[in-house]
Amino acid sequence: MAPSTLGAALLIARKDLAIEFRTRTAFFSAVTFALLGIVIFFFAWDPTAVSAMDLAPGVLWGIFTFAGLLGLQRSFGVEQADRAIDTLLGAPIPRESIYLGKAIANFVFVAAVQVLAIPAVALFYNVPLLEHAVALATIAVLAAIGLVAVGTLFSAMAVNTHLAEMLLPVLSLPFFVPIVIPAAQGTARLLAGRPAGEIIGWLKLLVAFDIVFVAACMLAFPFTIEE
Amino acid sequence: MTATPSASERVITTHGLGRRFGGRRAVSDVTLSLGAGDCLALFGPNGAGKTTLLRMLAGLLRPTEGSGEVAGVVLPGGATLRGAIGYISHASMLYGALSARENVELTAKLFGMRNAREAAKHALERMELPDRSDTPVRLLSRGMQQRVTIARATVHSPRVVLLDEPFTGLDDSGSAALGAHLATLRASGTTMVLVTHQIPEGLALATHAAIMRDGALARMEEGEAWDASSYLTVYRGLVTHGA
Repeated sequence: MAPSTLGAALLIARKDLAIEFRTRTAFFSAVTFALLGIVIFFFAWDPTAVSAMDLAPGVLWGIFTFAGLLGLQRSFGVEQADRAIDTLLGAPIPRESIYLGKAIANFVFVAAVQVLAIPAVALFYNVPLLEHAVALATIAVLAAIGLVAVGTLFSAMAVNTHLAEMLLPVLSLPFFVPIVIPAAQGTARLLAGRPAGEIIGWLKLLVAFDIVFVAACMLAFPFTIEE
Repeated sequence: MTATPSASERVITTHGLGRRFGGRRAVSDVTLSLGAGDCLALFGPNGAGKTTLLRMLAGLLRPTEGSGEVAGVVLPGGATLRGAIGYISHASMLYGALSARENVELTAKLFGMRNAREAAKHALERMELPDRSDTPVRLLSRGMQQRVTIARATVHSPRVVLLDEPFTGLDDSGSAALGAHLATLRASGTTMVLVTHQIPEGLALATHAAIMRDGALARMEEGEAWDASSYLTVYRGLVTHGA
């Protein structure tokens, strides 16, 4: 009997992570990009004009957005070489499990980049990010779910075009905006020590976008890969 | 043209099957009928529509004309159809960073096989690859990769095997191992459609032979003891001169 949707998704996610663990190309590119971005913003920053508390959330979420795109680009790129995607398409599994598996692997990828980049931002900008670790982790997880939900779908759509590397950011970035704004606003309020009620509003917004994006993208995915 | 099945159970039937890509007709009016244990060797020049026909039979491409049924499932089918098919395309369909065993095992697991590791091991042994099973596929030669591809496509003992240029890149021992494996599959009742440019190898396995040209079946016949050299003459005449 063929595996369930979740079972097949976990097989695909495990396969993608094994490939990335062995090649490490996308992860090292994303981490290098994130750290370089943090350093460049640091040296371009005038602390007398903008406080670290105001700048750090924007830097953090700007860096995550673009670093995440590097991983998303590779998500379906590994399937194109030698048409390995046909192994998945030819298997008796629901198409949605392919999307879900890719999204799980992308989530792990983005989370791993976050784990390295958040301490780097705390270090360079001397902001108390780690003091709010649990709340920040909640924002980061919710934002990562939204980013990979949209990015995984557009990665599948863009990969078959000749302009995949350009098309993915062009398609994805407008849909990233509703995720990045609440994430950055929630982080800014967290660092400013604002009341929990102000942050929860942004978290609710993130949850709402996550539900909409995950459901819509999973439903749309089979149509992007059918010939 | 139509071939009648040699076995009572019809496993592949199509009626006027066709596929258009925009205004271009890639495959048109293909009518087939193959039974359990039948093997159709499909020949034709590049661009004749052979791969498109195979992808439709595999459930990977939606037909735009006609109808068909494979393993009791109406095309384009779904998970049930895909579970009954082993598909070998002219690309390896393998992950280069994974080992041969991991590639075959992944397919076995996706097809819901209980003992995927053992099944993968046996499939690689059948293709005479056990000592290279833990080597990443990207480090294997083209011929070795092709053996892994065949092991991957047949690990789940499919009812129907669709093969697109399976002899490409194989040395003599690889071709012999593949031929023997396909003959065993056929004897066990597996229905096969074999697309190849290598007419003697194709005819050695075939119960039916067809020549495809410009998206349509230009000639189709049934038999067992084929004369490869006279068939090659017919093929060249049909493909080159259209006669």
